This record gives sequence, C-alpha cells and structure tokens, in this order.
Amino acid sequence: MKEIRLHGRGGQGVVKAAQTIVSTVVDDGSYGQFIPFFGVERKGSPVYGFLRLNDEDIRIKTQVYYPEILLILDDTLLDMPQTFAGLQEGGTVVLNTSKSIEELNLPKTVGTLALLDAEPIALSHIKRNIPNTAMLGAFAKATGLVNWDKLKDHIAATFGEPNRLAADEAYEKVRIINLGGAA
Amino acid sequence: MSKIQALTGNYSASYGAALCKPDVIAAYPITPQSSVVEKLAQFSADGEISASMVEVESEHSAMSVVQGAVMAGGRAFTATSAQGLALMYEPYFRMSTLRLPMVMALATREMTSPETVWSGQQDAVSVRDAGWMQVFVENNQEILDMIIQGYKIAEDPNILLPLNVCYDGFYLSHLSERVEIPEQAEVDAFLPPYKSRHAILDPKEPMAVDPLTPGNILIEYRKSHLEAMQEALAKIEEVNKEFADQFGRNYGGAIDTYCMDDAEIAILTIGSMTGTGREAVDEARKKGIKVGLIKVRFLRPFPVERIREALKGVKAWASIDRSVVFGWNSGPVFMETRAAVGNADSTCNFSAIGGLGGADISLDDITGCIETLDKLKTEPGKKDTLWFSKPVE
Repeated sequence: MKEIRLHGRGGQGVVKAAQTIVSTVVDDGSYGQFIPFFGVERKGSPVYGFLRLNDEDIRIKTQVYYPEILLILDDTLLDMPQTFAGLQEGGTVVLNTSKSIEELNLPKTVGTLALLDAEPIALSHIKRNIPNTAMLGAFAKATGLVNWDKLKDHIAATFGEPNRLAADEAYEKVRIINLGGAA
Repeated sequence: MSKIQALTGNYSASYGAALCKPDVIAAYPITPQSSVVEKLAQFSADGEISASMVEVESEHSAMSVVQGAVMAGGRAFTATSAQGLALMYEPYFRMSTLRLPMVMALATREMTSPETVWSGQQDAVSVRDAGWMQVFVENNQEILDMIIQGYKIAEDPNILLPLNVCYDGFYLSHLSERVEIPEQAEVDAFLPPYKSRHAILDPKEPMAVDPLTPGNILIEYRKSHLEAMQEALAKIEEVNKEFADQFGRNYGGAIDTYCMDDAEIAILTIGSMTGTGREAVDEARKKGIKVGLIKVRFLRPFPVERIREALKGVKAWASIDRSVVFGWNSGPVFMETRAAVGNADSTCNFSAIGGLGGADISLDDITGCIETLDKLKTEPGKKDTLWFSKPVE
C-alpha cells in the first residue's frame, strides 16, 4: 500500500485533486482512499489530506503518519513542521514551486524530488492560479502510480478540457531529480 | 449491473437514500452532513428522483416535515449531525414514540463545548434512549447498504420504528473510496414500497393521532415499543441474511466478529475505527497474541445475547469508544457490554476512549490497547479507563 500526504491551502483544489486520483484508480479496478483534513474552512488556510492507494480493499481509516510520498501544492508551507513530519527515508516529494533546489532547504530524507512551477501553466490554460490539475500531471509522472490516460480523462470530466491541457503540459515539464535520500 | 464508483460517505448516503425512492426529503445543512442533502437536491433537480424536496429553516422543521410525511403514508429521509440533532430532539423523540418508520443518516460529530465541528459519536449516543434504532458502520459501502436494509427493518409491521445510520463525521463522511451502487431493479426487488397501516392522514377517513394519554395507557405504549425493539434483533439478522444472499455482502447482523474463534482477549469497536482494529488484530496475531474483535453495529437495540455469546471464554476485553458516558468514567459500549455480560468481574476489562473532537484513532492507539489488555489478562476485574490522549502541540 502506498501512503501519501497532500498539503496545500484552501482554494488550491487539494481535496478535488485527491478525489480525482481515487476516482481514477477505482475506475481502473483498483483501490484508493482519501480523507481530507480541514482546519478552519476558509480560503488560504492550510489544508491537508491523506491518500492511500492499494491493490486490495483498504480497511484502515486513519490519518497518514509515515508517508512515502508528499504532494505539496504551495511552497509557503515548507517551513511548517507538519509538512515533512514522518516522511519515509528516500521518499518522494512532488512540489509546486518557482524556486531552485538550492533555495528550498529540504530535509535530507527526500529521495526523489519532482519540481513544477504550476502557476504559469495554470494561468495559461485555465486563466486562474489554481495549481491542482497541473500538479496531478506532475504527480502522475513522478510516481507512476496512476493510469495516466485515465487520469487525464477524469481531469477533463471533473475540471474541464483546459485542465487536461494543464496536466499534460505539467507532465512534460516536471523536473524529476534523484537525491538518493539519507539511508 | 451495479456501478462501481469512488464516493464520499455522504454521497454514498445520498445514493442509498435515492435508491430507496423516498416520497419526501427535508433537511437543513450542518457540517459534516451537508453534502448528503446537496447531492439529493441535485438528483431531484436533474429529475433522477421523484421525492418532494422540502426546504426548511431548521432541523426541528426538517424532522417535523418528514414526520407528517410518514404519518401520511409516505417514505421519508433526512440527515443531520450534532447541534442539528440537538435542535430536532423534540420531534425526533416523537418520531419513534409515534412508531413512524424512516431512516435518517447521522454523520456523527462531537457535541460542543468546547466548540468543534469534527468527528465524535457523542451526538448519536446521547439520543440512544430516544426510541430509535441505531446502527454504526465501518465504511462507505456499509452506509449505502444499511440505508437500504434500514428501511426494510424499520417498516416491518412488527417493528415500525425509525432507524439512524450513524457514520463517523469526516473519517467517513468526507472519505472517498470505492462503493458499489446497486441497480434500481435489484433494490426494488429487495425493498417493497412502504404501505402504512397504522396511522394515515386521510381527510376522507379522519383519525385522531396522539391524544393526551393517561399513564396507565402510556405505559402500554412503552411496553409495546420495547417489545418491538426486541423483535428488531431477530429482524436485523434476517434482513442481513437476505441482503447477503441478494447482494453478496454480509455484515454479520447486529454484531460482526473477527478472529474470535480462538480468542483469549477481545476488543469491541464501533464505527470506522473497526477497519483499523482489524489491521491491529492481524498485527498482534503475528506476534502471537490471541486477540479477536467484536464490531458493535447496533447500539439500539443492544444485542445482549450475541455480545454475551461472543465474549464467552474470553479472559479479557476492552471496548473502544469515540464518545463518553458522563457519570460512569467510561464509554457507552463499555457500559452497555458490562450490563450485558452481568458479573463482568470474572474477566479483566476496561474502557478505552479516543477520537473525540476529530482526533484520530490510530493503529498505534488500538495496538496499545491490545497490548495493555494482553498484559492485564491474568488479573480479573475492572481496570482504569484508557484514554487515547495525544500531546498538545
């Protein structure tokens, strides 16, 4: 089973993005689970959620404490202690940022880093800075956990065709860097 | 062919309700339940269901509207949580004591204060003696399935009692997972239309309902209500079997058991913590701990005989509750189970409490509970309550 934690801010579409992943894997005959965790429900406040992907029924219904993968939609969350808490050694971080790797000050446990500047992609396709669908493209490429064609269909069905184009461009543009992780 | 789709717990409740073809739906939005009725309103606007959607200004009105609808011979549905349930208490109680069958989804939420909107079962357990049947479920499939089973149990002419399908707020209401949505024809074959026989609002044949009633008659109403609750215990098992035969999903009836055949110690769970409990049991068994799990599905009626039977031969047991009983320093499943087993002091037993106000009940919490139980199993008697406390950040 893969355990993934998502971090973002209210209005960035964290919940919808994760639900789209679950819909896609379920549609693909597999199993997925997502539990959003809201603080106060308002635009801009930190939002996180817990995603599990498995090839059989997922009985456990808890938060994720030791994620193998982090999907982070907003780089202003990197300084929060919760963001990297429990990340497995050699884990994968998929991050929306315009910063370079040197500017990021990431923990040494990160094994694979996938960087995407989602803002210009979102602005060019959907005319609003909502990074979730671009980040789905980055997630799909970096992790290989979701059937990419099916995910794109689900993105188009849920968010509309311009979002499929955003995801597609992100899939091509995401930079995947192998950092090795501290073993 | 049934349809497989990823659904939140709330949407699963909406699909379950829609498949039961209610005549009237009335509800007022409250976190974490709101999207149940939003989805039903969408079904209605899209012409997918024929129910009358009644907009109301409060939960008190919502329950009053569905009460009138069921009294007039219809099938009705509503949903609520916590403070909404508190506000509807007056017609809520009357719904059961008028013996009007319906199903209400309850996305369980902690009761204030302190102010909270998150998970906890205190709302449901605080009305467990308001005469409704209450089933607590483990996953989103069970929400949908129990709404369908719920109408069948509630509307049985020997029972005629309303039923709550209780599911953990956020941990199920907002959790997305795979749900199999049965075909309408399959549900129609399982659940016949409701035919009211005992109280119909009909201007052509007027009938007085609920006149001022003296105690010597009222006591007969209560007696009959309690008898119906006991009859429901058998009906729950019967409907479970019928559902399993038709849909292939067997929930075990009033309780479900896991790895209990050779169990020396047992945990009792209620709601969505159960799946996590099953994982904890598997892990403990790998370490040689002979532990089993009893999932308490129905809190009302309380399955006394089945609990007693399941705990026979067990040296030690603990219940895990997501709510409290004020005045007993324990959770409600603990109190009910102690009452069910009679002299419980021949076993080691304690109450564990966690998951209040949205807190998680983690795998580590349940594993810790099992390990404590295993350590104490040779010392009979009631032990201190175990609180799943989390450090305050």
